[in-house]
Amino acid sequence: MSGSPASPLTTADGVPLKVSLRRAVRRSKLKAFLLVSPLLLFLVVAFVMPIFEMLWRSVDNPEVSTHLSRTVDALEGWGRETLPGEEAYAALAEDLREGQQARNLGLLSSRLNYEKAGMRSTITRTARSLGTLEPPYKEALIEANANWGDLDTWKLIERESTPLTLSYYLAAVDRQLTPDGEIVRAPESQRLHVNLFWRTLWMSLVITGLTLLLGYPVAFLLASLPLRYSNLLMILVLLPFWTSLLVRTTTWIAILQSQGVLNDMMVAIGVIADEARWQMIHNKTGTIVAMTHILLPFMILPLYSVMKTIPPSYMRAARSLGGRPFLCFRRVYFPLTIPGIAAGGILVFILSIGYYITPALVGGQSGRFITNYIAYHMQTSLNWGLAAAIASILLFVVVVFYLVFNRLIGVDKVKLG
Amino acid sequence: MNVSLQQQRDDRARQDERDATPPFARFIDVQKSYDGVELVVKGFNLDVHQGEFVTLLGPSGSGKTTCLMMMAGFETPTHGQILLKGEPINDLPPHKRGIGMVFQNYALFPHMSVTENLAFPLEVRRLSKAETKRKVERALAMVRLNDFGDRRPAQLSGGQQQRVALARALVFEPELVLMDEPLGALDKNLREEMQYEIKRIHADLGVSMIYVTHDQTEALTMSDRIAVFNDGIVQQLAAPETLYEAPENAFVANFIGENNRLYGEVTETIGNTCQVRLDSGETVLAKPVACGGIGSRTTISLRPERVGLVLNGDSTAFDNRFRAEVREVIYLGDHLRTRVSVCGNEEFILKTPNAQGQPSLRPGQSVDIGWSSSDCRALDA
Ligand SMILES: Nc1ncnc2c1ncn2[C@@H]1O[C@H](COP(=O)(O)OP(=O)(O)OP(=O)(O)O)[C@@H](O)[C@H]1O
Ligand SMILES: [Mg+2]
Repeated sequence: MSGSPASPLTTADGVPLKVSLRRAVRRSKLKAFLLVSPLLLFLVVAFVMPIFEMLWRSVDNPEVSTHLSRTVDALEGWGRETLPGEEAYAALAEDLREGQQARNLGLLSSRLNYEKAGMRSTITRTARSLGTLEPPYKEALIEANANWGDLDTWKLIERESTPLTLSYYLAAVDRQLTPDGEIVRAPESQRLHVNLFWRTLWMSLVITGLTLLLGYPVAFLLASLPLRYSNLLMILVLLPFWTSLLVRTTTWIAILQSQGVLNDMMVAIGVIADEARWQMIHNKTGTIVAMTHILLPFMILPLYSVMKTIPPSYMRAARSLGGRPFLCFRRVYFPLTIPGIAAGGILVFILSIGYYITPALVGGQSGRFITNYIAYHMQTSLNWGLAAAIASILLFVVVVFYLVFNRLIGVDKVKLG
Repeated sequence: MNVSLQQQRDDRARQDERDATPPFARFIDVQKSYDGVELVVKGFNLDVHQGEFVTLLGPSGSGKTTCLMMMAGFETPTHGQILLKGEPINDLPPHKRGIGMVFQNYALFPHMSVTENLAFPLEVRRLSKAETKRKVERALAMVRLNDFGDRRPAQLSGGQQQRVALARALVFEPELVLMDEPLGALDKNLREEMQYEIKRIHADLGVSMIYVTHDQTEALTMSDRIAVFNDGIVQQLAAPETLYEAPENAFVANFIGENNRLYGEVTETIGNTCQVRLDSGETVLAKPVACGGIGSRTTISLRPERVGLVLNGDSTAFDNRFRAEVREVIYLGDHLRTRVSVCGNEEFILKTPNAQGQPSLRPGQSVDIGWSSSDCRALDA
């Protein structure tokens, strides 16, 4: 054959065509890259880096290995059967002394306290009595605090001396490690994250279902009304976007609270008695109602954009072929809107499981989401590792949902707006 | 005894009815307005007989689709009645009318395969699986797409999609099929092929068809009768030959085929001809068709192929003869199109066969042309 691979195509001056093409394209590629580079930089700084920071924090475990470095060294080769020897106790005393001078025992004590209740006071108390401590340290330290005579304390120190740990993830799913390294469920009273995860997921499902139920007819109207009316309707749909989220959420408080508009009306027309006002806010109902309202546009818009592309002639054809209206809807129109349902559904669902402010304001105790606990661990308990672990699990769940969605529907089929 | 007598009488009555061939579908004085301000269809009357192929032909926006949609039940007439087999169907929902319809964009369900598309009308009629399969296969064979049953509409060419749409409109054996510019999206060759195909199927099945198009050639070649539509009114309803040879008004004359126009005033009528004085001063003999009496204005309509060259000044065939100046000659193989200036009309066209003995014309040359008064129709102004 004439175009044998042995003689690649060349340009007129003998440069291989591929090389020449690459050279020609390089300039325009470079230009395009320079144009997007500010945004790229912004994304890296504001988006990619925080995510990696979060993922890192959820497994990072520096406290024991840095602040008890001598102790950790001294524990090398320890048999774990009996208490360690004097050498380890001496190293511990040295480490604590240094930590006290550098004033960084707080981090260490909190870290150990997550794993074993009482460790914070053990360390603070011991540190306070360091001045009077005399060798032999083993007896002296056990004297100062009985926890040092507990084998489990030493096992804990040894276990947590690794630079990475899974214990935050375990805590995030209500598990913990026994001193011997087995994974067990946390005590009944401390189990709350798994329930919260489930609650977040199923409430998000309910919210997604409700937005679909309410949004589908609206999107249908939007797509089928004459332009004059559909424009007006579109403005009404978009109106919430132009109002602050806080305003919208607090409006629901005004409407739903027990002295609120809805209850007053119900009492006034005699549907309920004054003493039996409905509790509709600061619980699950409040969260579901307010979030359904807030997320509704995210369902309507993708649905609308899909419905708009369905020519009315499909339904007409189906009718003329003899289908009753509902059957035509079910067999012809509805299947064609599935990409819209999927897009709206995944959008609302993902937004919903990551929602924070609305459940925080109207959710009370029972309507709270896992996100509210992330905030709690960030701001109140200051257990950032746990917060990062929960957030990472949430991220993982979202990615899994996205992948499943992509597999089933195909993200490229989704049209927004 | 009594029963069979009754039956006999019934049978005879039915026979009589069939003999009188009441129209299969009728529009009676139908009007339609979308906005309550303007009538889109103004008094539409049409009878379609069993097995007839009737075309609605008209310019864009003349209300053709609207009429079809009223027949199919997607629009309600503002006034008048639509009858199907003698029954008024104004209040019958579309799915109970049993009318097959082919849409301009085919409207094949994109999420169903070809087979599923064809099976849809049968499934909603609750036919058995075997029956459905048999009918679908027959319909596919009819449009010669036997091997395409598993494809999605998007995997078919335009012509194939069109055939599937046709098969789907016919598979449930409707007695009336409506088609709204079904060939509008196809290229010329495919259009001609499909025109033939549709005609063949129409002849095979003997269904009545109402066909909408704004392509006059298509209308002329396919139809039994054509309703020329303009401005919401049927301008003329007639067989294709009649429409072409004997248009009743200036709109039809212009819309169907090529047409030379001369404007003037009727000065005299003598038997079957009338004399018209043109605005440019000449006098023309014409056949009065839709002109008024003496003194009324008229448009004279004349087909280009009915105009001839007067050779050596000896032709006696033409009672109208004028001197014209050649402006342009276009060679079209089998014939020549010559644009001349005559009687004040700069766009006067002659079609002359490319036959032996025809003189070759040059722009700027003066020639004598003529036509017979019987080919030249005096229509409304
Ligand atoms: N749904 C509607 N609402 C309002 N006016 C309409 C509607 N449908 C059609 N019209 C108007 O009615 C007139 C006739 O429309 P129709 O679609 O019947 O024309 P048509 O003869 O089919 O034209 P075309 O050859 O372009 O398809 C047009 O002026 C159009 O603007
Ligand atoms: Mg139309």
